[in-house]
Amino acid sequence: MTNQEKITIYPVTRIEGHAKITIHLDEKKKISKVLFHVDQFRGFEKFIEGRYFEEAPIITAKICGICPVSHILGAVKAGDMIMNVQIPYTAKLLRMLAHLGQIIQSHCLHFFYLASPDLLLGWNADPAIRNVAGLVEKYPDFAMKGIKLRKFGQTIIEYVGGARINPKNFIPGGIAAPLDPKHRDIIIFQIDEMISYCLEGLEFIKHYIEKNKLFVERYANFKTNFLGLVNDGNWEVYDGKIKVIDQNGNLLYHFDSVDYNSYIAEYIEDWSYLKFPFLKKLGYPEGVYRVGPLARLNVSDRLPTPLAEREFMIFKQIGNPIHESFYYHYARMIEVLHSLERVREILLDPEILSKDVFVKGRVENEQGIGIIEAPRGTLIHHYWVDEKGKITKCNMIVASGNNNWAMSKAAELIAREFLDPEDIKEEQLNLIEGGIRCYDPCLSCSTHAIGQMPIRIEVYDHKSQLLNVFQRE
Amino acid sequence: MKKKTVATIWCEGCSGCHMSFLDMDEKLLDLIKKGMTFSASPLTDLKIPPHGTDIGIIEGSVATDTQEEEVKMMRERCKIIVAIGNCAVFGGIPTMRNKYKVSEILSRAYENAETNYNSHIPSAEDISKLLEKVKPVDKVIKVDYYIPGCPPKPEAIYETLLKIIEGEKPELKGKLLSYD
Ligand code: SF4
Repeated sequence: MTNQEKITIYPVTRIEGHAKITIHLDEKKKISKVLFHVDQFRGFEKFIEGRYFEEAPIITAKICGICPVSHILGAVKAGDMIMNVQIPYTAKLLRMLAHLGQIIQSHCLHFFYLASPDLLLGWNADPAIRNVAGLVEKYPDFAMKGIKLRKFGQTIIEYVGGARINPKNFIPGGIAAPLDPKHRDIIIFQIDEMISYCLEGLEFIKHYIEKNKLFVERYANFKTNFLGLVNDGNWEVYDGKIKVIDQNGNLLYHFDSVDYNSYIAEYIEDWSYLKFPFLKKLGYPEGVYRVGPLARLNVSDRLPTPLAEREFMIFKQIGNPIHESFYYHYARMIEVLHSLERVREILLDPEILSKDVFVKGRVENEQGIGIIEAPRGTLIHHYWVDEKGKITKCNMIVASGNNNWAMSKAAELIAREFLDPEDIKEEQLNLIEGGIRCYDPCLSCSTHAIGQMPIRIEVYDHKSQLLNVFQRE
Repeated sequence: MKKKTVATIWCEGCSGCHMSFLDMDEKLLDLIKKGMTFSASPLTDLKIPPHGTDIGIIEGSVATDTQEEEVKMMRERCKIIVAIGNCAVFGGIPTMRNKYKVSEILSRAYENAETNYNSHIPSAEDISKLLEKVKPVDKVIKVDYYIPGCPPKPEAIYETLLKIIEGEKPELKGKLLSYD
């Protein structure tokens, strides 16, 4: 690299995956660019070729241990389409139930274990304690509530899917086993307690934002389009159409998800294994968009359960759409609240215990597309099969990938705002990582990969000679 | 009570083993009370475990040049290495790519995917290089204990850690030893 210095943050921690941030300085030591590199690629779309489409849920579950249910549901929905079947009503309820369980566990993992240490212990707290164990020491009650919420979500997945991680009950055509009434009762019995924990988390983040208004406004605040599933204007994570709004909240598109390829393309940068999706017609980077909790609330008109609707109305008053990255945390907790209420509604549905949960089918379509909202955003599985059902091709666009450009942008803006290249402090680097963390990236999903390691800042002089290494151990 | 420090990394895995670690739920607090403290881990902000770290847990197989360095670094810095999950122990799901050349795999995603706008395989110096074959951890470093499973049960992870913390030799039996 000529006439440049480079600062590297590696690995970015308290996110789910292998990533590295490099900060490039010009001759005057001003930041010239900031890049968010995703450092791994596993090749699922290649090695799944030749397997039967019924195996796709089992194999793609191993893309991600945090949100396996998302990949499983993407793959089984694609399987439903290949067999051209409508699954029974109860099967749909059960898939939805597990999916909500996953949103609860994944969001709470992020909020309580990964994000809240910064907010409760401070951005500049000793890195040795700025984590969930430090939280357990200082705020045991809050930490315990987070642990219990996550456990609750995992338990739902276990009861419906047969296991907490990599559950196997989800199959093209429905679900392999009905819900045990005993399990329904155990879940229902806990919902009120969980809602009270969630409300505490929600109050905490609202209060934090109120107290730190200026900071939140300065922190990775930028405009983009937003994309997410909606069902007749309602918040939706399992079915529905894809809605896209522009940065002013105007409707750009509302299309059937199976048409995704007509609207979305992916840009490849040389410095990351993660591609950059964008809206075809608008081009790159004008057409980049964001997905996930904030995007879903931005594109929805209603969150139709009592407590969540009330919180949603308050949220919508703040802006429409809301752009500040920090609001992802706030949106996440509203989604947990809504999911908890939806879990109760589903469990009270008289059909939930029905044993009619599966329909048989055979290969009728040569393509299957399964799109859902994973906790981190819109997830696309697309398979091509031969007449026997063997996969000949597979294409995936995963949730965190959709936020790739936004994460890079967030890191860049925070670096420009908070980093002093002449006097780097650990806290500043944590702030930059925190910007990525707003998006709760799941990079195991994104590159159909994952990983982790050190914060290491390397400062190079104009001649690419290593001048200085800053490392935290 | 003597503290035991635990460092964890994930290499070529899905993070499911780390999730199973967290699925100890309240028992995690129990281990913390018994003296377990976290060193470098995806869950903390410590990025490199200090020399003399007591326990190093590795999830995932070894698939890139960076991961090869990382597991070696873990071996140098941790007294006991525990390979957790089928990926780390046997190679697991990521080895499904071994029947293809790396170039074929990259080509599907970066040169031939239906949604690609521009086609080229990323190759900047800032990203890792894929190894021609994915391998289990013990093909690169010596491993002291293995916990198989995909992922291993939280109870198996708990038992193993508890025994190590108490200075005993862990051994998984019965239901705790599972390859599922
Ligand atoms: S062993 Fe299973 S759960 Fe663990 S990383 Fe590998 S695929 Fe994921």
